[in-house]
Amino acid sequence: MSKNIAIKVENLSKQYRLGQVGTGTISHDINRWWHLMRGKEDPYLKIGESNDRTSKGNSEYVWALRDINFEVEKGEVLGIIGKNGAGKSTLLKLLSKVTSPTTGAIKTKGRIASLLEVGTGFHPEMTGRENIYMNGTIMGMSRQEISAKLDEIVEFAGVSRYIDTPVKRYSSGMTVRLGFSIAAHLEPEILIVDEVLAVGDAEFQKKAIGKMQDVSKGQGRTVLFVSHNMASVKSLCTRAILLENGTVTYEGKVIDVIKYYQDNLVEDNMSFKEWSGDNRPGNEFLKINNVRVEPINSGVIDVESGINLTYEFEHFKENTLLSSTVELSTIEEVVVFHAGCQITPNKDSKYGTYQVKLEIPANLLNCGKYKLKLIFGENSKYLLYQITDILFFEIENSTNKLNSLKLPGIIKPKLNFSTQLL
Amino acid sequence: MHSEENWDNIISPKKSLFAIDFKEIWKYRDLLIMFVKRDFVTLYKQTILGPIWFFLQPIFTTTIYVFVFGNVAKLSTDGSPKILFYMSGIILWNYFAECFNKTATVFKDNQNIFGKVYFPRLITPLSIITSSLLKLSIQFLLFLVILAYYVLFLSYQIDINIQLLLLPLLILLMAAISLGFGLIITSLTTKYRDLVFLLQFGVQLLMYATPVIYPLSSLPDKYRWIIELNPMTSIIETFRYGILGSGSFSWNNLIYTTVFAFFIVSIGTLVFNKTERKFMDTV
Repeated sequence: MSKNIAIKVENLSKQYRLGQVGTGTISHDINRWWHLMRGKEDPYLKIGESNDRTSKGNSEYVWALRDINFEVEKGEVLGIIGKNGAGKSTLLKLLSKVTSPTTGAIKTKGRIASLLEVGTGFHPEMTGRENIYMNGTIMGMSRQEISAKLDEIVEFAGVSRYIDTPVKRYSSGMTVRLGFSIAAHLEPEILIVDEVLAVGDAEFQKKAIGKMQDVSKGQGRTVLFVSHNMASVKSLCTRAILLENGTVTYEGKVIDVIKYYQDNLVEDNMSFKEWSGDNRPGNEFLKINNVRVEPINSGVIDVESGINLTYEFEHFKENTLLSSTVELSTIEEVVVFHAGCQITPNKDSKYGTYQVKLEIPANLLNCGKYKLKLIFGENSKYLLYQITDILFFEIENSTNKLNSLKLPGIIKPKLNFSTQLL
Repeated sequence: MHSEENWDNIISPKKSLFAIDFKEIWKYRDLLIMFVKRDFVTLYKQTILGPIWFFLQPIFTTTIYVFVFGNVAKLSTDGSPKILFYMSGIILWNYFAECFNKTATVFKDNQNIFGKVYFPRLITPLSIITSSLLKLSIQFLLFLVILAYYVLFLSYQIDINIQLLLLPLLILLMAAISLGFGLIITSLTTKYRDLVFLLQFGVQLLMYATPVIYPLSSLPDKYRWIIELNPMTSIIETFRYGILGSGSFSWNNLIYTTVFAFFIVSIGTLVFNKTERKFMDTV
């Protein structure tokens, strides 16, 4: 036996039923039961479409994952990447036994701990110490194990002063740090991490990534890491798989997979996206109707055209200070800017559709591929909703011959040089 | 790779209906203790009276029952003092009702935790009946204090029977029945919420089909068998027979209740076990 496999995923599939559960559902249930009673196959397993959000399917059933196969070696850090809705979260849920697969199997060796969220089960009224025991036992530790590691956990989280204070008095950063610290001291053989690192301040993120690297390299544990953030995937993982529409489309070294993913996104290069009804990205506070980038004057988006960015969203809360922020990044995850505006500075937001327009001047950005993140906030304090990678677009090089040389740099400004012969 | 490897854990869609992993539940016993502790620590936070509420609730209920059913409706109490009669019924019924109501919504109440972390789901309903048991014990102490007061100051002739020793069994039976029904309802309501509406008034109405506010002996023989079909009947009657000497005791009825409890808790556990693996998709 040459390899020491820690996780083996075989023909894993997961089917979901879309739409509402209502009086119509019971007829499906009865039909399914009747087929199974006669020893026949579930009639609804045959139908169902691949998980592609952009095309509207006819079937009520959809395969969130279909025939996934991969193996993870012991001590390996595997990155799982893919667009929103590619099936990453579903795969995580299956791996952490929160829900069970429709077909196929996952075979594992050793204790699994999954971090779909930090601080699961935290009760705001209980103290930090009580919550460490609460959260630790939920994740499968015994009270003795927790007692043995209590000091380490508290120290790593940096909350020793507040350990006997109810968690409701903690700042959100402290809560996250405490939650992560408990998870980091779980010492499972297999650790499954969702994008929890996206929270917390930069210093703590560094600490958390360092801790995860220790866990995999120093202690030979297996880590599965799911993220949108290519930079942290690159720094943490050795190998990666790419999920697209519920299937594994690329597997290999992390650098190759990320390159493939980024090149592949060009096909996704759209200057306009629109959604309707419940398909709109958003939550109970707001839903985004559309996002558009276009050149200021007609033509194509290039270095000299300037860009008008427009998005519309429906807002469901009244009398708040609504604000929105646009974060533009290059495809290599370098943030170009993070700029926001107050939409209703006087705390008088209305129930309705808002449009935000932003002009990016000509002769500012260099040519290349960019992506957008939208963030919505309330009262300058609370995050209402954020979505990464909502739009990808490309800025072309100038058609003007004098300016058509591809130069390095994120920006390509027209600066006022003055020269003279001295 | 030829050799079949020895995997520690295999996650696959089909698990046997009867596969209840008691070893795993035992492994998570610390979690059960933490859930119970959480329920107690957080229940009366930010209240002035705090744990005194454990006593006030049965005291108020008893007072109202004595007035409405005892003095206005003049229902028989089989010769026992009204306060002792009603309170003995109320504390037992409260235990049953609380276990039932809370286990019946266990999936809905815990979907946030269940959606993020795996642990044997049965831990949660088991922690509910344990928390409620602590509450029952406290209320039982209150009952004993009042009983002592009657004996010492009101020259009440105490009449305790050997059947009082069955109390642990009675509590176990109540826990099993409420757990069984609760698990069935919570499993059914993950997909179809209809039963939630039934539950809202069902448990309350069920109390009137149980000899809580009246003794079994006050019923005409013609209808008594209907009330005796209710498995809770023999539990409350046996308890009163044991501690107050009133009411009736019948081994047949108690055996019926025991068989019923065993049956319903088995069904409940099976249904729950089947539902827990899929419920996140439908809840």
